[in-house]
Amino acid sequence: MNFQDILFYIFSAILVASALGVITVRNPIYSALLLVLAFVTCAGLWLLLEAEFLAIALVLVYVGAVMVLFLFVVMMLDINLDRLREGFWKWFPFGAVIALIMVAEISMVLMGKYFGLEEMPTPRPQDADYSNTRELGRLIYTEYVYAFELAAVLLLVAMVTAIALTLRHREDKRSPNPSKQVKVRKEDRIRMVTMPSEKKE
Amino acid sequence: MENIQQQFVEIFGTEWGSMLFSFASNMTFIFAIVIPLLLGVAYLTFAERKIIAYMQIRVGPNRVTFFGIPWLRGWGQPIADAVKAMMKEIIVPTGANKLLFILAPVLTIMPALAAWAVIPFSPELVLADINAGLLYILAMTSMGIYGIIIAGWASNSKYAFLGAMRSAAQVVSYELAMGFALVCVLMMSRSLNLGDIVNGQQGNSLLNWYLIPLFPMFLVYLISGVAETNRAPFDVAEGESEIVAGFHVDYSGMAFTVFFLAEYSNMILVATLTSIMFLGGWLPPVDMEPFTWIPGFIWLLLKIAFILFFFLWFRATFPRYRYDQIMRLGWKIFIPITLIWIVLLGLIMQLPESIRSSFPLNIWF
Repeated sequence: MNFQDILFYIFSAILVASALGVITVRNPIYSALLLVLAFVTCAGLWLLLEAEFLAIALVLVYVGAVMVLFLFVVMMLDINLDRLREGFWKWFPFGAVIALIMVAEISMVLMGKYFGLEEMPTPRPQDADYSNTRELGRLIYTEYVYAFELAAVLLLVAMVTAIALTLRHREDKRSPNPSKQVKVRKEDRIRMVTMPSEKKE
Repeated sequence: MENIQQQFVEIFGTEWGSMLFSFASNMTFIFAIVIPLLLGVAYLTFAERKIIAYMQIRVGPNRVTFFGIPWLRGWGQPIADAVKAMMKEIIVPTGANKLLFILAPVLTIMPALAAWAVIPFSPELVLADINAGLLYILAMTSMGIYGIIIAGWASNSKYAFLGAMRSAAQVVSYELAMGFALVCVLMMSRSLNLGDIVNGQQGNSLLNWYLIPLFPMFLVYLISGVAETNRAPFDVAEGESEIVAGFHVDYSGMAFTVFFLAEYSNMILVATLTSIMFLGGWLPPVDMEPFTWIPGFIWLLLKIAFILFFFLWFRATFPRYRYDQIMRLGWKIFIPITLIWIVLLGLIMQLPESIRSSFPLNIWF
């Protein structure tokens, strides 16, 4: 067993434990933080697979942005565990079906030798100066450019929809207009009044 | 180095010996970065107090010296402050979540120190020369926010929570502008490796630094950097006049000091990144005899000190931004500017070679 194998087992143990924690701990904050831990250890595993761009992008996007907003929302919610458990049995069949599909998929990956895995040889480790980022960029913008642009447009549409759903025009809303504020000159606001001094009677 | 590695191999066998050797040498390197960094943080607080004092026509700290040497008056202050902080009790408030309360400062300092792993101090002097260095920096700096949010929530205090919320929203918004500004840098250098980015600015003089062709991006990056580190005038997360001290209001002793250390080492990190990406890193301003005698990391240190002075200057000069003004600056001004600049830069870079070379005075594209 060499050092990389030891790292792999450490990372996988933490990943499995934290992923279990996400769905078992009572406190939603702990659950979100454990999910962060799961993402970070998963990024570690990807680094072992020489996918450094994907690993760092995972940390950057999911840990750095998505989970921050998640925590943000979870912390502001008034968490009532009884209400969270309410529709458990109603939604149980859907959950069970999704879980079964996932189990099937994972077992197809793990039991690859029954599905002709030997036709895909283990990739050779790349040289030290191989740039994962450059290769990924080249592939995305040449071979998979349509799929990539389609995904980008989809995300844009989703973003616009989310904004459109929450956008409300309020009649009584008042907000300062900075450009107007900057444009204000002394003459607009101040009226100089000359007042001759008066003699005390 | 070779001899030590040989000895390790002899004692522990070939595979474990070389592994343990690289572990030991990396640990040495890490200490060689972190200890000067923490000393730098200590003296940055001293510099801040002195510089702001002089700007406000005061004297600043002038009592604590080393062994009573008169011309070192005030220079012992950071050491005295550190000793005082270590002596204080860490009070955990009632109703606070104890685990997260203690974890929060750790989560803040960890990315602030880890980001230093990829910083090149000179062409050879870099701990981890990885290809995706710039991305790694972005990932690490974006993780620093967790400490602040967790601290705000775990303190079980409204002021701390308000500070954490403000800080989270602010950091997430300015990260975008910061990332886009860096996209311009990596378009110019065609590499994510920080060493290659500095090498891309090599030339006869400072006109080759990315500061000149990417000047608006330099401003955006520097200002976003100030906002990212929650420094004045963007320090609404602390806002001592409105929400007492924001997210660390309930912290005391060493736990508070760790937040303080993280803030200042983040400041030094942003200053370092600005000097690496826009001011030519270890390169001398003019590639001529008297300038090239000075070693590269001295140039880098001078540039870092120059940018850090801006941080202190901002704090002494500007009043605190209002919260909606901060959001407006981030989303409505910086992000459009950076997006337009990226498209413009891409167009210039994709022009045919014959047109590009006909630009007057063009040394960059």
